[in-house]
Amino acid sequence: MKKPNLAVEIAGLKLKNPVLTASGTFGFGAEYTPFLDLNRLGAVVVKSLTLKPREGNPTPRLVETPAGILNSIGLQNPGVDSFLTEHFPSLRQFATPVIVSIAGNTVEEYAAVAEKLSRAAGIAALEVNISCPNVEQGGLQFGADPAGAAEVTRAVKGATGLPVIVKLSPNVTSIAEIAWAVAEAGADALSLINTLTGMAIDVHRRRPVLGNLTGGLSGPAVRPVAVRAVWEVYRVVRVPIIGMGGIVCAADALEFILAGARAVAVGTANFLNPRATIEILEGIEHYLEENEIADINELVGAAHIF
Amino acid sequence: MGYFPAVEILQQEKLTADCFRISLICPQIAGSARPGQFLHVKINPGLEPLLRRPFSVHAVNRETGEIALLYRVVGRGTRLLAQKRKGDSLDLIGPLGRGFDLPAAGQRVALVAGGIGIAPLYFLLQTLAGAGNSPDVLLGARTAQELLLVRKVQELVNGGVLKEQLSIKKGRPGSHNGSLSTFPGRVMVATDDGSCGHRGPVTDLLAGLLAEEKVEMVYACGPAAMLKVVASLLERYGVDGEVSLEERMGCGIGACLSCVCKTRGGNRQDFSYRRVCLEGPVFKARDVVWGD
Repeated sequence: MKKPNLAVEIAGLKLKNPVLTASGTFGFGAEYTPFLDLNRLGAVVVKSLTLKPREGNPTPRLVETPAGILNSIGLQNPGVDSFLTEHFPSLRQFATPVIVSIAGNTVEEYAAVAEKLSRAAGIAALEVNISCPNVEQGGLQFGADPAGAAEVTRAVKGATGLPVIVKLSPNVTSIAEIAWAVAEAGADALSLINTLTGMAIDVHRRRPVLGNLTGGLSGPAVRPVAVRAVWEVYRVVRVPIIGMGGIVCAADALEFILAGARAVAVGTANFLNPRATIEILEGIEHYLEENEIADINELVGAAHIF
Repeated sequence: MGYFPAVEILQQEKLTADCFRISLICPQIAGSARPGQFLHVKINPGLEPLLRRPFSVHAVNRETGEIALLYRVVGRGTRLLAQKRKGDSLDLIGPLGRGFDLPAAGQRVALVAGGIGIAPLYFLLQTLAGAGNSPDVLLGARTAQELLLVRKVQELVNGGVLKEQLSIKKGRPGSHNGSLSTFPGRVMVATDDGSCGHRGPVTDLLAGLLAEEKVEMVYACGPAAMLKVVASLLERYGVDGEVSLEERMGCGIGACLSCVCKTRGGNRQDFSYRRVCLEGPVFKARDVVWGD
C-alpha cells in the first residue's frame, strides 16, 4: 500500500503532518533538538510572547496532580524583540513552519506584537493566547466572553496578514459560543484547549502549593474535557481546529481528529517523553496503514453522525 | 547529554529509615557526568507518577560505567522509586544542568551537606579526592540515625580513621562540639539533637571554619534555609561558594520555565528568574536571591 497522506491544511498553511507542539511546553524549539529532528514536526508553536519581557509568577510554579500537572508560569518570556533576534534565527533554519503564540495586557498590545512579528520574515502564523489562566491581564479577561474574544481577534487580524489562530479557554460556560464569535471576527483557525483553572493545597503546610495560588491543569486528566470541546466547536464553526489537551499517544491524538480537529498539539507529554511528538506521529501513520486509510483528512470529524 | 529509556538497576540499598541509594549501569552518563549535574528520571512508564523527577548524580565509576543516585523518600515519586529492585529499569535523561566549578589547584575547600544534600557533594568529593584535594566535609542531620555516608566520606577525605567526635553518644546530648583540628581533611558532624557531633545546625561548623580563615571555597547542598545561612556566612567572610538548589521541575531541559529561582543580575535591578534545570542547579551563592 502507498504511504498514507498525512499533510493537512490549516488556515491556508500547508503542514506536512498534523502533529504540532503546544505553546509553553516546547520553549523556542532549540531545547528539544538533542532529542528529535524538528524537521519532522507539522509545526512548532513557541512559548507566548508579549511586547515587553515578563518575569512570570513566583515559585512554586508546578505541581503534579492525578494524571496531570498544574502550572502557573505566568507568561514569563523575553519579549518579542529578544525572540526575533536571539531565538528565531536558528529556529527558522528548520523546514517546519513556526507558529508564534502572542499575548498582551491590552487589545492594543496584542496588535502591536502581531505587527512586529508580521514584519519579520519567516513566521508561518500567529496563535493568539486569550486563555492563559495565570495572569491578571492578557489572559482570560479576553477569552472568557464572546465580545472580548472577538475584539482581540479583530485587532490582531487588522494588524497582520499572517494566518491567525485563536486559542480558547475551557473555563467558560459555552466554548462553542466563543468559537463562533471569534470565527465571525475573522479567526482563520482555533486551538482548543488551553488549561483548566485548578488548585492544589499542601495539607502539611495548610497553604496552596503554587506561588500564584491557582494554576492551569493539563495532561491526560483534561483530555475528555478537551475532546468534548473540539466536538462541540466542530459542530458550530467551519474554521479548522487544532486539538490539544493531554495527548500522550497516537490513540489520544486520533480521538481529537475524529472529534473534528484537523491537527493536534502535544504539550505535557513532552515533559514525560521528549520524543513524544515523533512517536505520536509514527503511531498515527501506523494506524492509517493498518486501517487502510489513504488520507488523514478522511478522519477529521469522522466520529460525528449528523 | 542523552536519552536512555531503559537503564538497568544493579542494586537498591536502604541506608536509613527513609534514604536509599540506587546504582545503575550507564557508561555514557558515567563517562560524561560532572559533579553537580542531575538526571531527569521517569520512574515508571505511564501516568503514575506522571512527571520525571530530578536527582543529582551521586557517584560514578568511570571504569565500570556505574552511576548512583541517593534520595530520600519525600512523596509519591520517591516512594515508587524505593519499590524498584535489581533488574528493573529506569528511563533517564542526562546528565543535565550546570555542575560545580572545580576549585583551583591547592585551594582550601569545604563541603557543607544538610541531610540528603550530601547526594551531589559526594560526587564532588570523589572528584576532588581523585585530584589530590582533601577538603573539609561538614555533615548535618536531624539525628545520628539520619546521618548519611559518614564512613564513606571519611574514607574519601583521608582514608583515615573516624575521629573521636563521630562516635554516637549515649550520654548527654550536646556536650561535645565538633573540634576544629588541623587542615586538611576533616569530617565534622552536626545533629539537631546533639546525638552525634556538634549539637545544632551544620552551619555552626561552617561559621567556625570561616572564622579560622582556613577555607577559600565552599560548596553546599541542603535545605533552602540552610543554604541561605551558608550564603550569608560566605558574604560576611568574603569567601566564594556555590550552592546546589532544588525546585519543582517540569521538562528538565529549559523549555517550560517551571523550576526558576530568583537571582541577581540580568535585565532588572531587583532580581531575574533563572532556570534551575539549565542555568543551575548549581549557582554562585552570592547570585541567589533568598526567600524568607
